[in-house]
Amino acid sequence: MSEPILLPHPVRIAARASAVGGDEYRGPLGPLFDFHDESDRFGADTWEKAEGELGRTVCNLLLARAGLSHRDVDLLFAGDLQNQCMASVCGLSGFGIPYFGLYGACSTFVEGILLASLALTATGNIRRVAVITTSHNCAAERQFRLPLEYGGQRPPTAQWTATAGGALLLDRGEGGVGVTALLAGRMVDSGLTDASNMGAAMAPAAADTLLRYFDATREDPAGYDAIVTGDLGSEGSGILSELLAARGLSLGARHIDCGMLLYDRTRQDAHAGASGCGCSAAVTAAHILPMMERGEMRRVLLMATGALMSPSGIQQGCPIVGIAPLARLEVSGI
Amino acid sequence: MSFLSAGGGAPFPVLPARIRKVVSSLTLFYSCLAAFVTGGLLCVVAQLLIDLTRLTPARILVLYVCTGVFLGAVGLYEPLYRFAGCGVSVPLIGFGGTIARGVREAIHTQGLFGALTGGLTAAAAGTTAALVFGYLAAVFFRSGPKRLGKKR
Amino acid sequence: MDNRKAYRIYVERRAASSPVLKNCAAAFWVGGSICLAGQLLFALYRWLGMSPDMAGGAVTVTLIFSSALLTGLGVFDRIARYAGAGTLVPVTGFANAVVSPAVDTRSEGMLLGVGGKIFTIAGPVLLFGTLCGTVYGVVYYLAGLLL
Repeated sequence: MSEPILLPHPVRIAARASAVGGDEYRGPLGPLFDFHDESDRFGADTWEKAEGELGRTVCNLLLARAGLSHRDVDLLFAGDLQNQCMASVCGLSGFGIPYFGLYGACSTFVEGILLASLALTATGNIRRVAVITTSHNCAAERQFRLPLEYGGQRPPTAQWTATAGGALLLDRGEGGVGVTALLAGRMVDSGLTDASNMGAAMAPAAADTLLRYFDATREDPAGYDAIVTGDLGSEGSGILSELLAARGLSLGARHIDCGMLLYDRTRQDAHAGASGCGCSAAVTAAHILPMMERGEMRRVLLMATGALMSPSGIQQGCPIVGIAPLARLEVSGI
Repeated sequence: MSFLSAGGGAPFPVLPARIRKVVSSLTLFYSCLAAFVTGGLLCVVAQLLIDLTRLTPARILVLYVCTGVFLGAVGLYEPLYRFAGCGVSVPLIGFGGTIARGVREAIHTQGLFGALTGGLTAAAAGTTAALVFGYLAAVFFRSGPKRLGKKR
Repeated sequence: MDNRKAYRIYVERRAASSPVLKNCAAAFWVGGSICLAGQLLFALYRWLGMSPDMAGGAVTVTLIFSSALLTGLGVFDRIARYAGAGTLVPVTGFANAVVSPAVDTRSEGMLLGVGGKIFTIAGPVLLFGTLCGTVYGVVYYLAGLLL
């Protein structure tokens, strides 16, 4: 699929929910999230289980907001950053919703939106699909980096995995914000192996997807109110705009990066910005979608970015592969 | 008053009490200054290696320990220790220096077998302390959430 | 392949660099202060009547204990974030490298979690320190036979 899929009927985003930890709550978007836990533990005794509880929390919030029971949801696309997607398994198994476990690193949220939209479009008997992704700073540190209490410094290009989760409920209803086009990401290997500069590893994938999208649709970025990337951070965002400029494409001020919105860059030292598949999910659910619902933005390209890698892969010198799936969101009506 | 010299020599034992007091506090001051400056400089070298060559901290620690063994082997560690005291023994170079000295002394008493026993015997206090306190810390504490630093 | 190499060079060139001067200043004064504290402790233990060897060992143990306590309390990583090599290079860094995985892996059990992972970071230091020591010992022994 190197060309975008234009959906014959928009897939409606019927409900949304988000939850974050303490540092994210103290960021500029803090009050917008549906739920936060200052301790980051979400009532669990380990960090991995805490991320599961975070997923359970957003799922419960989502069902409450939609006024539905878990039986009304036909499919669940969920993912996180833990090995074997354990957070999604621990947190969401109790709901009994037929489940697809996804791993797209930090791009999982939009990967889920793409698959959910395809499922709703392709079949007649699937009515509602939930997409849930989470990430937890402590669980990610333990899995990908070093013990939490280990003392070390990070280079300024490093990113900070957000403790956050977001959930969407997609259906075939009318009105509101809908997904109208999809473009799957290609795995782009730019040869980088530095895990403390993931923005640079993801930026070529983001550029690849955007160039393919605008080439195929012959649209102009000026036709969009915002082009939202997942978690390129300051480093990756800068590289993306330089890569696109070299191909004659300029996004200008309509480029927004969720990773640069989550923390207060003047007060909180998050280096190059936030990352994690909960980052784009929570920022989209708590900030981007409400702005669209209020009519402040009508056409948005949402593109999450993922750095596909593992600790042993890094140690074996395998390059970090970037991926960037894209969904077009539009306010329907008028 | 030998406790006041950095490496444990015995300075000026024959001087009168009052002068001895002045001299010994000067000696303490000097030994502390030497430890501060030497230790600080060793840390700066490591910081430069981290920031400029992207050597990971684990590699730096290995480099420092092996450097310590090497300095001990070529006979430079002891003079350095007499000069800077804890300025070289507290950084991980000291760990290596201790291993080298332990091996050398064990070979004098046990022959070739000492090459196997000397190093860890000399480093036993530090290693065992780290293991025991590590286990106790695991019993009494659990890891807290990592927090974003304040922007300085 | 050339494209990838060019991209890597471009990325490395444009990457924001670490504040080297500020980091070095922090490393110098914090690292120096830890060694200074060691020197004062050494004087204290000598004054209490310990032999130089024992006092040296006691200084190491005291610093390791302090580092373990600060690690358990969750303070060490905050200091280290500022001090960098200043807390890494002194024996406090070695202690933190042993204690932090221990505290961290208690969620996987005290036996296999803590026991199995306690040397994940400090293991290389012990291995290569011991290895270098043994090599030196063999060389020293052979040299003694020949000379």
